[in-house]
Amino acid sequence: MRYVDEYRDADKARALAARIAGLCAPGRSYAFMEVCGGHTHTIYKHGIEDHLPENVTLVHGPGCPVCVIPMGRVDDALHLARQPDTIMTSFGDMMRVPGGRQSFLDAKAEGADIRMVYSPLDALRIARQNRDKRVVFMAIGFETTAPSTAVTVQRAAAEKLDNFSVFCNHVTIIPAVKAILDSPDLRLDGFLGPGHVSTVIGCRPYRFIAAEYGKPLVVAGFEPLDILQSIHLLLRQLAEGRCTVENQYARVVPWDGNPKALRALADVMELRPSFEWRGLGTIPYSALRIREAYAAHDAERVFGVPGVRVADPTSCQCGEVLKGVLKPWQCKVFGTACTPETPIGTCMVSSEGACAAYYNFGRFTRTAVREATRT
Amino acid sequence: MCLGIPGEVVELVADQPDLARVSVGGVRRAVNIALLEGEEVAPGDWILIHVGFALSRIDEAEARAAMEFLEGIGQAYEDEMDALRESGIG
Ligand code: SF4
Repeated sequence: MRYVDEYRDADKARALAARIAGLCAPGRSYAFMEVCGGHTHTIYKHGIEDHLPENVTLVHGPGCPVCVIPMGRVDDALHLARQPDTIMTSFGDMMRVPGGRQSFLDAKAEGADIRMVYSPLDALRIARQNRDKRVVFMAIGFETTAPSTAVTVQRAAAEKLDNFSVFCNHVTIIPAVKAILDSPDLRLDGFLGPGHVSTVIGCRPYRFIAAEYGKPLVVAGFEPLDILQSIHLLLRQLAEGRCTVENQYARVVPWDGNPKALRALADVMELRPSFEWRGLGTIPYSALRIREAYAAHDAERVFGVPGVRVADPTSCQCGEVLKGVLKPWQCKVFGTACTPETPIGTCMVSSEGACAAYYNFGRFTRTAVREATRT
Repeated sequence: MCLGIPGEVVELVADQPDLARVSVGGVRRAVNIALLEGEEVAPGDWILIHVGFALSRIDEAEARAAMEFLEGIGQAYEDEMDALRESGIG
């Protein structure tokens, strides 16, 4: 049980916290972005920020795939769900995401056939069992889930299941990080890289962040000690004047990722020229669509979607939260009009969204206390 | 959906090379192993599962640590396991 000893030990956590404090230069402040929603979840759940020195802050990034789906795409999905003889399938995380007027749950209550599935392969099974119906899978997720959708499409093609199609909303992590690096209202000193996305893409794609933007990145695991250790690695690079990509999560993430998953992805999907991200705006080449060769399984080609852009509600500050400009509790509607039961913004829907994570664990962290006493 | 859940391969499915029977937190499910690179999986191997697909191999200690961690995170893990129980990949 080597890893258990190594990563689940309170003494080790204290030692890491002390080393972190020792590496911080006096008078300097540090802001690190955790790109992945899984990390956000751990950070709030375990109050990681309480173990960090005052001058180290964590900024919650855009790595929750539910949180970045714009309302217009939800409306497009609902349009598909309302077509005659159609079954819409989706991960449970999608059900409450608000569209312009309705969520999946609302449409289901009104009679649309919308079913929750665990895997795209479950959607494929529904298609096999309902040959008289058209079955659409609402595909969301970063590179972690996109290869699974790709294999499912390959399988549908091989089985000639022409009643199965995918409404593809897969997004890619690198352009989002680049958009954040290019955004003028943000100052970051480094990144905690996403653990599970990296099992697919590996560590190489992050190298430009160190080389071109001069920011270190450490691919991090999901346990509290992983996160503390990754922060320690980032601070050590800064203290030593180095800037590179390191892999703290090498016990799961291979440096080169998963070539087989990347091949499946490349066979079935290609980059979209542009895609709108909730809160971040339109980012070129930041999402995936189904290739022409698999057009029969592309819901956008089979049905057509209205593609109407819906502006985010004015009270919603998800964009600022996703870019790390605001902490969740600084949004005007946080915890009042916007709760996990009645979300206004998507960051409140998924348990990996920064607002939901903060709401659920209700921790009055050091930062919150500081903010609250200031205002 | 983003959670990676560890599972132990219990048996391979003879006529379906892409599938393995896997025990995940006491639940037995078919998991797609088409995305695993490298040598064949065998009973006793541990894998990390996302949305019904094995994405990477892990060792047993990592699997146990990850499982303990997941059980500690509460609702998100419960939801994922509920969804998994409903799943019927074949
Ligand atoms: S509280 Fe709601 S509206 Fe405000 S940023 Fe969070 S999810 Fe968006």
